[in-house]
Amino acid sequence: MSLPSRLKFWTRAVEACVLVVAICFSLGATTPTSRLNTLSHQLMCQCGCAQLLGECDHVGCPDRDKELSELTTDMAAGMTDQQIMDAFVAKYGATVLAAPTTKGFDLVAWIAPFAVFAAALLGTILLIRRWGGLGGKPLEAATAGAESSDPADRERLERIRRETGSESGF
Amino acid sequence: MENELVRREVTGFSRACDNHSGVLMATFGSFCLLIALVLAAYNLFAGAVALRLIATGRAARISPERLADTARRAGIAGFVAVTGAAFALIWSVFTNDFSITYILEHSNRALPIPYKFAALWSGQEGSLLLWAWLLGIYGFVLRLRHKTDVKLYAYAGTILSGIQVFFLAVLVFAAPPFSLLPGYVAGGPIPADGNGLNPLLQYPEMVIHPPMLYLGYVGFSVPFAFALGALMMRYPGEKWIRITRTWTMVTWLFLTCGIFLGMHWAYAVLGWGGYWGWDPVENASFMPWLTGTAFLHSVMMQERKGMMKSWNVWLIFSTFLLTMLGTLLTRAGLVSSVHAFAQSSIGTWFVVFMGIVLAVCIFTYILQRGHLKTEHHMESLVSRESSFLFNNLVLLTACFVILWGTLFPIISEYVQGTKVTVGAPFYNRVAVPIGLFLVFLTGVGPLLPWRATSFKAIKRNFVLPVIALWVTVIVCLAVGVRPWKDGSLDSGSFYAVVAFAVAAAVLTAIIAEFLRGAGVISRQTNRNLFAATWLLTRRNTRRYGGYIVHIGVVVVVIGLAGSAFNRSIESEMGLHSKMSIGPYTLECMGFTQDSNQNYNSDYAVLDVDQGGKKIFQVTPERRFYLASGQPQTMVAIHSIPEWDLYVVYEGTNPDTGQPIIKAFLNPLVGWIWFGLVVIVFGTFVALVPSLTPATAALRVPAAKAAPMTPVLKGGD
Repeated sequence: MSLPSRLKFWTRAVEACVLVVAICFSLGATTPTSRLNTLSHQLMCQCGCAQLLGECDHVGCPDRDKELSELTTDMAAGMTDQQIMDAFVAKYGATVLAAPTTKGFDLVAWIAPFAVFAAALLGTILLIRRWGGLGGKPLEAATAGAESSDPADRERLERIRRETGSESGF
Repeated sequence: MENELVRREVTGFSRACDNHSGVLMATFGSFCLLIALVLAAYNLFAGAVALRLIATGRAARISPERLADTARRAGIAGFVAVTGAAFALIWSVFTNDFSITYILEHSNRALPIPYKFAALWSGQEGSLLLWAWLLGIYGFVLRLRHKTDVKLYAYAGTILSGIQVFFLAVLVFAAPPFSLLPGYVAGGPIPADGNGLNPLLQYPEMVIHPPMLYLGYVGFSVPFAFALGALMMRYPGEKWIRITRTWTMVTWLFLTCGIFLGMHWAYAVLGWGGYWGWDPVENASFMPWLTGTAFLHSVMMQERKGMMKSWNVWLIFSTFLLTMLGTLLTRAGLVSSVHAFAQSSIGTWFVVFMGIVLAVCIFTYILQRGHLKTEHHMESLVSRESSFLFNNLVLLTACFVILWGTLFPIISEYVQGTKVTVGAPFYNRVAVPIGLFLVFLTGVGPLLPWRATSFKAIKRNFVLPVIALWVTVIVCLAVGVRPWKDGSLDSGSFYAVVAFAVAAAVLTAIIAEFLRGAGVISRQTNRNLFAATWLLTRRNTRRYGGYIVHIGVVVVVIGLAGSAFNRSIESEMGLHSKMSIGPYTLECMGFTQDSNQNYNSDYAVLDVDQGGKKIFQVTPERRFYLASGQPQTMVAIHSIPEWDLYVVYEGTNPDTGQPIIKAFLNPLVGWIWFGLVVIVFGTFVALVPSLTPATAALRVPAAKAAPMTPVLKGGD
């Protein structure tokens, strides 16, 4: 099989996989879920247990039922998720939210990890390119020189490396 | 009430008569600590002077080698002294010596014997003493093995003694474990009973988890000391890495076990149905694990290619500093945590010490950085070398994310005056994708050869894993695991599907690697595949042990992904009341009370039916500890590979007197604990020395020895 036809084959295979996944995804798009459950996992219980409201397991907790009741009332009043969050912050303070918001300085909490990851990724790629650009050092040169220029020999050496794992020992 | 007072006074008085031995033991313990501090200080000072003399070649009245040996012996004697102090504290716990404040606050007479040991680390002073003692043990072993490389070990021993000086100084001056009760005089009355151990700690794993974690924390002091020592003395070559490899792996294993035991403890004791809450103290243990794991991978680059020398040095420096930060977070109450058991003002001591350590590291690095020049360079972006770099990149990014999330409340308070909460939703959105990428690299890395690779090789190695990945995705979607709910993406299910798919791909890749190697050996030696796999593993234990560890990690990830499908139900249950969860129906057969000297308990007896047939019984319990006056849940867990049925006795309705039961169905949790077993096994395999061609040849029939030669040369 020539290179273009192989590429075509693999492209079609990937397309088929994506299509199957898309169909399967769309089949499950109607399952109902609890908004209360979702929201209660974005808020902290205020009893001092340092647990999410939806996970606070203290019997007789002075705050859990009260907060859940407020949450239910807000939802019944037709408030949006953001309005509910704002109402809780207004009443209990910013610590009631289980995660920083995306406003003001809080946004830094979300941006910093991805910024650091992106910078480190870029740095790593540049480092590898730079190292690669410097070329092989004496050991590499010696090793390359020692290897045969005969393609059959190279293939045999490659096979030995591959089969014995000498190319990839930990 | 009056009788109780009289009883306490009489008991107190009668105890006073035989309490002289208790005071004696407290004095003995305090002196042991003082002597240990003096010996550690001598070890540090004499060791530093001797090594300086050796380095400069200057003459002195005493031979520097002899001076260094006296320093080493002082270190050994210091271990004996710290052991004496630890013994004194344990003795005091067992003899109920409540004239010592620490014993009064963390023990009581009815405390079962195993938990008397746990009292050693249940409070700040005791856990610092445990740290110093474990450091003493590591130092003792290190100093006994000094003949491996006398000079390098002298450096490492001296650096360890510097760390020991810090901990002993804290114990002697800031957090003395043998302080007597305020106003207490020898022979005076003492309280009849102690306040008892924190109920959260009265669980079997708590007798193992903290020492394991501390063995991991403290253990990283050893590779740190070797790395810093090797840099100070400009140690030639990479031998120091081989010397410290066992130390690092054993330490890493202890930390891994400690973290997992902590997870299991949280799961079985806290009663909220989870095992990881991204609590600052949990994060504190996870961060050095991440950098330590990065170090274990990147040192291979240094060993094989002479690359990443500076990087490795800083990785181990960072790991050590993170263990200190972890202790600071746990002990100083810098951030609020569910289970920071001891909080105090010793934070300043730690901050100053960390500052000194950092300054020493930076100074040494700047002075000796010429020694850390990379010897070789990279040939391709797609190679084993670059996969190690990316592996390190992801591990360190994960570490940064966790550090950032842990410290952001403090930063936020400093910048905008209000504290924010950084809880599970933050980490789930930021750390989980990074973790999945890391798992992906776990599979990709071993498939790439050193130096460079070809498109053909990539295709050959990646076809099967990619097929496994897509088959898993399709199977997941077909059986109803869909990351799409109510027209929007359900991140939990989405990540779970991705995790299953990546896990399948990685498992396929690793198993294919085993089979490929075993197939070659099988063909060349006519062994069956199992025997060939065994030989393959023994031939390169480090490589294949590492693969087994990777399999363990993948199994753990599968278990973690199951949490996306957790379910729970809560109900008040009268006699013969029923509730259903998943395939199970729970029927209340009774609820009653029990008591012993240590606690009173309420518990329910629940029959669990499946398909109308009783299959087992669970008895969730809620205890009320008498000494501390605190309640504690004892969760009933029935675990099978598919899921855990997790039943909590939440309490009693005061109006009806009936128990409130909460049941969880947590899929795949057992896989997490099984994954740990695989990781431990893999680490042990990696620690075993590989068969050398010479020893292996002896075991192969002569006729088969010749064709085996290339095989035996492979690998390491």
